[in-house]
Amino acid sequence: MFAYYLKLGLLSIRANPALSSLMVAAVAIGIGACMTIVTVRHVMSDNPIAHKNDVLYHVQVDNWNPADPYEDPDLPPEQMTYLDARALYDAGEAFRQTTSYKTSRIVQPDGEDARPFTLDVRATTSDFFPMFDVPFAYGAGWDHASDRNEERVVVLSRELNEKLYGGENPVGRMLTVNGEPYRISGVLAEWTPVPKFYDLNNNPYGAPEQLYLPFSHAVANKFSRSGNTSCWKPVEDGGFEAFLASECIWIQMWIELGDASQKQDYMRFLDAYVEEQKQLGRFPRPLNNRLHTPAEWLEYQEVVDDTVGILLSLAILFLVVCLLNTIGLLLAKVMRRAKDISLRRALGASKATLFAQYIVEAGMIGTAGGLLGIAMTWLGLRGIEHLFIEYDFIEHLVRMDWSMVLLAVFLAVLSALGAALYPTWRACNITPASQLRIQ
Amino acid sequence: MEFGPIWRAMLRNKGGFLLIALQIAVTMTIMVNAIAIIQERSRNIARPSGLDEANTFTLVSVSFAEDADIRSLVEEDLDVLRNVPGVRSATASNSLPLLQSGWSEGVTLEPGEGKSDSSTAIYFSDEHTVETFAVDLVEGTNFMPNQVDWVNHEVNDWPPVVIVSRALAEDLFPDETGSYVGKTFYVDDDDPVNIIGVVERLQAPWQGWSGLERAMLVPRKQDWDYTRYIVRTEPGYRDELMAEIEDMLVKSNPDRIIEAVQTMDDVRKLAYLGDAAMISILTFIVTLLTAITGLGIVGLASFNVSRRTRQIGIRRALGASRASIVRHFMVENLLVSVIGIIAGGLLAVALNMFLVEAFALEPLAWYVIPSAMFVLLTVGQVAVAGPARRASNVSPAIATRSV
Repeated sequence: MFAYYLKLGLLSIRANPALSSLMVAAVAIGIGACMTIVTVRHVMSDNPIAHKNDVLYHVQVDNWNPADPYEDPDLPPEQMTYLDARALYDAGEAFRQTTSYKTSRIVQPDGEDARPFTLDVRATTSDFFPMFDVPFAYGAGWDHASDRNEERVVVLSRELNEKLYGGENPVGRMLTVNGEPYRISGVLAEWTPVPKFYDLNNNPYGAPEQLYLPFSHAVANKFSRSGNTSCWKPVEDGGFEAFLASECIWIQMWIELGDASQKQDYMRFLDAYVEEQKQLGRFPRPLNNRLHTPAEWLEYQEVVDDTVGILLSLAILFLVVCLLNTIGLLLAKVMRRAKDISLRRALGASKATLFAQYIVEAGMIGTAGGLLGIAMTWLGLRGIEHLFIEYDFIEHLVRMDWSMVLLAVFLAVLSALGAALYPTWRACNITPASQLRIQ
Repeated sequence: MEFGPIWRAMLRNKGGFLLIALQIAVTMTIMVNAIAIIQERSRNIARPSGLDEANTFTLVSVSFAEDADIRSLVEEDLDVLRNVPGVRSATASNSLPLLQSGWSEGVTLEPGEGKSDSSTAIYFSDEHTVETFAVDLVEGTNFMPNQVDWVNHEVNDWPPVVIVSRALAEDLFPDETGSYVGKTFYVDDDDPVNIIGVVERLQAPWQGWSGLERAMLVPRKQDWDYTRYIVRTEPGYRDELMAEIEDMLVKSNPDRIIEAVQTMDDVRKLAYLGDAAMISILTFIVTLLTAITGLGIVGLASFNVSRRTRQIGIRRALGASRASIVRHFMVENLLVSVIGIIAGGLLAVALNMFLVEAFALEPLAWYVIPSAMFVLLTVGQVAVAGPARRASNVSPAIATRSV
């Protein structure tokens, strides 16, 4: 019977090519607009480290101005001072811990004619790589001894290795950074977490750094900060040493715990640390320590731009207009066939049979609209990519995955069936033989 | 006009007409709010930075030699830049308007720790910066060469004199009616600075910041590895000089990198990329939406015409003119549209209130609603015109046939 309804549906769609294409197009355009925005939002609000969400925590302590919270209502700073990052790291209370900041260095490629270039660098600790499951193509990260000894050791991104060594294994070779030789300990495989969850302060939708080196080495050699720095209290005279001893925040700190139950223990440790610092005259604000899982941290930092929310509200309404359009057209179609329907009813077709037949027809329009809608979504994403062509990272934000394709078809079929309900109901309620009189 | 009979005829097919009215209402809701957002974003983009944007470019020099003498390098570079024919003025600074990265400071009216009274962007400057930035010095004087000092990472104090944007002065001294020159405020809790000049307009580097118009020129040159040069050329020389100067600086010293060579147009484009994209997306959505609604009206009207062919024939046979048949469909559409746009007006205001609440948008301007009403009425009338004309061509003889 289903096959027969499919055949009938196809005949009916063919009978009104203009009307049918208008319906398919309306569903497709509505789905395309909606899914374009939904896809971008899906990518932007992803949690790339979800599989470790129960053991990773971002650490915040409140060293801010007693007269003025870092952010209303009474929120602690988003980054950490060197004093606190260093003390908490050295305490080693967690299973793993990492402190890091963004800096920039100049790399001199081998070869006479090669021109040096600047690149973004992450100064971090050895635990960074295992904590965040950073994949390696060659070699590995450095060890704790290299952290302690402030060693000249680097890890390259896949892209940088491609540029410097054509993708060959360079582990063990030396790389010239600001005129000094650094041992290459590893090369990452492709790693582009979106958003860049480990440092949301400095463009969450930017590329990760291309070079990684020990935090201890960077601080000992006064590597400048290229990320955000905020101070509530003037830095004393005395250059970089004074800056390190200041209340300025510029470091991101993360910890990994054995399991979520240890969170309370770590919280107690943080509270005890801050109480101790209060004795020394720091931390003038009330106790306000926070541990956030990556998911909570993404939420807390409100990384997804408001614009996406606005566009999503408008895109949903847009789909509503397209569906109203389809309902209207389906209704017109049903009314036009009122005579057929009343004849079929008179000949004994039940309401259920008619309902099945028209729902199958609407489902076909929905599926066609959904498939075309995927193409529209793809076009929409290319359109957005084109609008942001000056922004290098855009290609990572306009990617469709299978979940989005399936959602598009599902939404299209659901929309078309939803749109078909009222016209079908009207069709089923045409009284038998009512239309058979000669008017 | 025969509103009565047309209205009563419409009541026979309430569902169909209600759907069109609803579609017009939601279309109008989107249209009005999209236009309100487009207006807001366009206004943002139109804000002037204060610079002579058409004739300005910027580039960065990063030194990497261990013992580089930055001070003489910067002096030499500036000397070279200022002597290139076609260059009107050049300066070194840490940032410039719309760059999106820079330095801001909280400032206070009284010395001592506590809440800031205002905040401002900081631009390191010399006596040429006012000319290079093309800012309009409306009060006081420019820096004298002897007021400009070097700053490095070891120095944490502030110079005694600064030039501020008018918006910063107004924010700090809201009750002042006379001159701002000579007024003192504090940076870094207790370093006093004295206003020696006020410029009409100079934006901060962050276009999304609420304090966008607050900026301050500080007579300091940076003894840092990283120096940003800003060059203002005579009209029309920018592009050719940009390439020439980049080349010149690259060759002048092998121990540094010249990077981030950008015209002010590039800088502006990047700063407002999101706003410009939003305008394009919304314009596209509104156009598409109007087209879909228009086509929907055409489709339904055509259907109505073919369904009522016999009735039209009967009316014609009874003496109705072609014009009165056309009028019937036009008036029918007008009635539906009016219901649609009235509901749309209410929905649009409701959505706008939601967007203002949830996303801190600006409330919409009153005239957008009547304009959208007018546009949708016109679209409806144009869309129905074709089918109506076809209806008027139905022959009166149809009435005599039994279908």
